[in-house]
Formats: sequence, structure tokens, C-alpha cells
Amino acid sequence: MTATTTRGAARIHAAFARAQTEGRAAFMPFLTAGYPSAAEFPAVADTLLAQADLLEVGIPYSDPLGDGPTIQRASEQALAGGTSTRRTLQLVGDLRQRHDTPIVVMTYVNPIYAVGPREFMRLAQAAGVDGLILPDLPPDQDIEIADLAAEHGLAVIFLIAPTSTPERVKLVAEACTGFLYAVSVTGVTGAREGSALGEVPAMLALARLYARVPIAVGFGVKDRQTAHQVAQVADGVVVGSAFINAVRDGEDVAALAADIRQGCSRD
Amino acid sequence: MALTLPTYPQPDGRGRYGRFGGRYVPETLIPALDELERAYLAAKADPAYLNELDRLLRDFVGRPSALYLAQRLTDYAGGAKIYLKREDQNYTGAHKINNCLAQALLAKRMGKRRVIAETGAGQHGVASATAAALLGLDCIVYMGAEDIRRQAMNVFRMKLLGAEVREVTSGTSTLKDATNEAIRDWVTNVRDTFYILGSVVGPHPYPAMVRDFQSVIGEEVKVQLQALEGCAAPDAIVACVGGGSNAIGIFAPYAYLPPDQRPRMIGTEAAGEGVDSGKHAASVAGGRIGVLHGSLMYLLNDPEGQIVPPHSISAGLDYPGIGPEHCHYAETGVAEYVPVTDAQALEGLQLLTRLEGIIPALESAHAIYYAVGLARELGPDRVIVVNLSGRGDKDVAEVMRLLELERQPAAMTREEVSA
Repeated sequence: MTATTTRGAARIHAAFARAQTEGRAAFMPFLTAGYPSAAEFPAVADTLLAQADLLEVGIPYSDPLGDGPTIQRASEQALAGGTSTRRTLQLVGDLRQRHDTPIVVMTYVNPIYAVGPREFMRLAQAAGVDGLILPDLPPDQDIEIADLAAEHGLAVIFLIAPTSTPERVKLVAEACTGFLYAVSVTGVTGAREGSALGEVPAMLALARLYARVPIAVGFGVKDRQTAHQVAQVADGVVVGSAFINAVRDGEDVAALAADIRQGCSRD
Repeated sequence: MALTLPTYPQPDGRGRYGRFGGRYVPETLIPALDELERAYLAAKADPAYLNELDRLLRDFVGRPSALYLAQRLTDYAGGAKIYLKREDQNYTGAHKINNCLAQALLAKRMGKRRVIAETGAGQHGVASATAAALLGLDCIVYMGAEDIRRQAMNVFRMKLLGAEVREVTSGTSTLKDATNEAIRDWVTNVRDTFYILGSVVGPHPYPAMVRDFQSVIGEEVKVQLQALEGCAAPDAIVACVGGGSNAIGIFAPYAYLPPDQRPRMIGTEAAGEGVDSGKHAASVAGGRIGVLHGSLMYLLNDPEGQIVPPHSISAGLDYPGIGPEHCHYAETGVAEYVPVTDAQALEGLQLLTRLEGIIPALESAHAIYYAVGLARELGPDRVIVVNLSGRGDKDVAEVMRLLELERQPAAMTREEVSA
């Protein structure tokens, strides 16, 4: 476990702190790399980055077992269009040429193993990635990944869930160097009916006992209203499937992003 | 004799077999896996659970399954004696029921009224639906759209048994995608749902638990072979391997013996159209180490980490990975894993059918084919046990199609067979 603050972690913390001083929770949209196509992805990412405090970019994966139908389909479409692991990091590198906003990459662990953990970290660092979100890698499964990431200046972000016991929350929170990702519900990613808040306050109260990093909440946050609920208790708000759906349906992504960003304000 | 469930030296406390295995799953599931592990260990030590399982395995499944000397197949091979462990005699037609009943009993004990399962060809789905019907549990089976199309009869069986079959259209619409979807369901409904996983794959404790439930196969062989041959261990054991549950069930009881008492153990992987063709499901021969469904294993995946769709004539072996304990056996030389092609399996199926009057499942036919060659290689005075993991009724239509397609002899004549 690495307590060192990496370059990526410092940039992520600064982004959360800036939002905080502006009376907001940090707004973190998500987009699957290469979606809707490798050619169109940069423009959509630019649009999101214009509003974002941080951007989360997902590596398309053939078997995303933590994702709901929206991101599954987006991944399939991106893969069919030729965007896989290395290409994702190139796309992020291109964004980095135009934007200073922190970018975190979400990936299942298998692509890291397939490319080779050291090589993957080297490529991520070269692309200007600030951190990695690892949805199927509980921190105690592979302690070398966190060390390798730190060695390459990257923050690591692990997840907690409403089912997490105090012991697990402690273990996960202490392993995170960028921020802690709290999953709002038991379930997979995607827009759903009703409040996004549910079990979040209790989970965050527990997490605050251990986390030395900001806490962002995701899964099921889909619009201004749900973002606003979450922003009252969390340091950051992650919105993914709603943007994928907007892109798919040809809706105004810029307007949705601006709206949700406003929702991130604190009362 | 009261049933006991075995305790083996592997996995370690972290669910690892050497470097393989583990728990690569969303954090949401970690507490559920801990709960499952505790419940399993408690059940394993509880005579009430063991007695109930014992009763069901005997009176409902029909255990013990026979260890049958395949004399005409032995004569045909002209070498070692070939025994068949007749898991095809089990109620529902394969070894899958051993595990499903044990897990469904565990679900009931844990107070989970809703069980879910994944299925490829439908064998595990049918076995799960059967166990759920018997124990009065709600059952949902995830099955790829492609497999639903190919296995209409099993889909109907599950529905008849009261299960809900949910069609999976993501990815390649086959077993791996059905497994993804079952895991997504479990992540969502983890508090009141029990996931009946069908093979020795998935996050710890599944590979260990499924192995323990299937080890009844090998434990019976020890007793039966002692009576038949005066020795508990044969010279070699052959079993087909997809995820690897029937193979681990017959290997594990021997795998932790000292090397000089251990039989040769050979897992036949589905080589499809050949390992070099790219159309196969041979994870040891043609895969690279990776993570799928929560476990580090040999896996068909490309250099960027995307899972490569497997191919096999037999749906039950059509899985891109292989259980972590098998990976450890392969790496340490405890067992060997060899590729057997579609065509060879088809030949194995016809041989056993014509010579013994037993139509094996296409899965098991991979093992039969290899055992014939091995019997020749070992020579007389040696003993081979083949795990005949399931019966072939489910495959008859597919075999008919393939034989007509290749204009291959259903016309294999009596003379050719006995030649």
C-alpha cells in the first residue's frame, strides 16, 4: 500500500478542492473511449471536458460485468470500431494535448494483465492519465498494481458499495490515493428509477471515518436532480450512462452536461 | 455410511491455487462471498446438512454411479483396461446435479429463497431448476440467445420445472455472457439471492466448493476400484475439461496424494477445429493468463485483454477459461491437459455408442477418444478410468446434423468398428 501522493493524485485532489471552494461537488462525467466511434469520441469528450472538473474515460471491454446495458452496448460499439486498450490510451493522450483537466481511466483488470502491468502503466503515464478506476480489482487482490501505478505517478481509485462492511470500507478507503468511489446502490452502472441517494448517506458516514481522499458517488446518477441529491453528501458526482444515452439518442450533450454541473451545487 | 465432504490443502486462505484463483469481483460481492464461505464451512461440519445431501444423492440422483468395465472398448483399443465412471446414469443425465443439489440445500439453509444460475447447453440450468423445484426455491436461469436457439428442449425442461429462463443478448450471446449476466443479477440482488455457479470457476469460494461437491465422483471410484482391481488408484484418469467440474471431481481425490501414489491425470480440452485454427476452447494449450468471472486462470484473450470467443462442438466445453485449480495442476505437473478436436470427439462418441451401447455426451466423448489412444500407449495390465460425465441424448440432433453434413459414416460399419 502506497501512501505517497503521486502527481496524478495531487491533480485529482486539486480538482476536488477547486469545486469545493466554488460550493460544488466535483462533476465527473464518464465516456467510453471510442464511443460513439473513434472519430467522434474526441469531440464528445471535448464537450464534456468543457463542463467537467474531472473526466472518466472507460476502456471498452468485452465482458464488463460491473456495467449495465448502456455501457455494455457502448463498449461493444467501441470495440467493433477498433478501440481497445492501447487505442484508448492514445485517445486520452490526444485529449491531454488540449486539456489540463484531470482524466481518470476506468478499466477492468484483464486488459492491464494482457498488456502487462508495467507496460500499461508506462503507456498510461505517457498519455497523461491521472488515475485508474478498477471496478473488478478489490485492493487486496493485487497489491503490486497500486505500487506500479504509484511508481508511474498514477492515482488508484477503488470502490465501496452499500454492502461493504466497516472492515472492507477501511481497507478500500486506505488503499485509494486519488479519490474513493462509492457505488450508490447494489447493482451495475446505469440510469434507474427513483432517488440516487438511498443508502448513500450511511455509507459515506462510514467511509468518512477512514478516507483521507475525497469521496465521489456514482451509479444511477442521471440528471440534474439526482446529481443535486448526491452533491449534498458527496465530494464528487459521477455520471456515465446518461451521457452515453444522450449521445446515442442525438441529444444535446453540452446542455445536459451544463445542467448536471449546475445540479452539483450545494444548497 | 455418512457422507463427508473432503478438505484439501488448496486453496490457501486467500482463495488461491498457487497464483491462480482469487476474487476479482466488484466490491459489492465481497461480503456476500465471505458470507457464502462461512455458511459453506458451517454446513460442511453439520451432520444435518450432510445427511440430507447424502439422502438426496442416493435416493434422488441414484448414487453411487457405476464404475463400469468397458470390455468391448478395451478390446478395441487393445491395451489397458478402460473403466467408465457412469455419471451419465445420474438423474438429469450428468454430473451437474451433484453440485446443484448441494448448493441449493446451502441456499435454503442460508434463508435465500431466490436462486440464479447460468447455463450454456442447458445441463446446469436443468439441474439447477430441478434442485430448485425439489426444494421449493424460485429459480432464474440466464442463457445466451444463441444457446436458447440451439437447445430448445432444455429451455422447455427448465420452464416445465418452474424456472424462469432469461435470454442474454450481450457479447456473443453464449455461456460467458450468461455468466456475466448472472453475476450482474447477483450484484444487484445480492442480499436475498443465491448464485448456483455450475463449474469450478468464479470467485473464491466457488471453485473450492464446487470441487468438494463433485469430489464424490473420485471418492466413489476409489472404493469401487479397490473392490474391482484391488487398488484404489488406477494408472490413469481421463476427463474432459471446460470449466473443469467433472474433471476436478475425479482428479481432486487423487491430486494431493504423494506423487508415487498418484495416477496420471489427463484433462481433455476442446480443441475445436484445432488449436492453431483459432477456433477452439483449449485454454491451457492456446490461452494466456488472465481474469474472467472473478478468477485468475488460463484464458482465451487477445493481447489487449479482450476475451476471445471460444469454439467447441460441445456446448459444455465452450468456455474461454478453465478453473484455477486445473491451472495450478497444469503449472505444477499434477495433471496434463491435452487438446482433442471436434472431429476426434465425434469419433469417440460413435465408438462408444457402437461398441458399448452407450451414447456419451459430446463433452465426455473428448475423454473417450483420448482414452482409446492412451490405452494402447499404456498397454495391457494397466487400468484407465474415464469420467463419463454425461449422456448424449441432448446431443443427438446436433450429431445427426454434423454426420450428415460431413457425410461421415453414421455409415461407420460394424466391420470398420471392430477392425
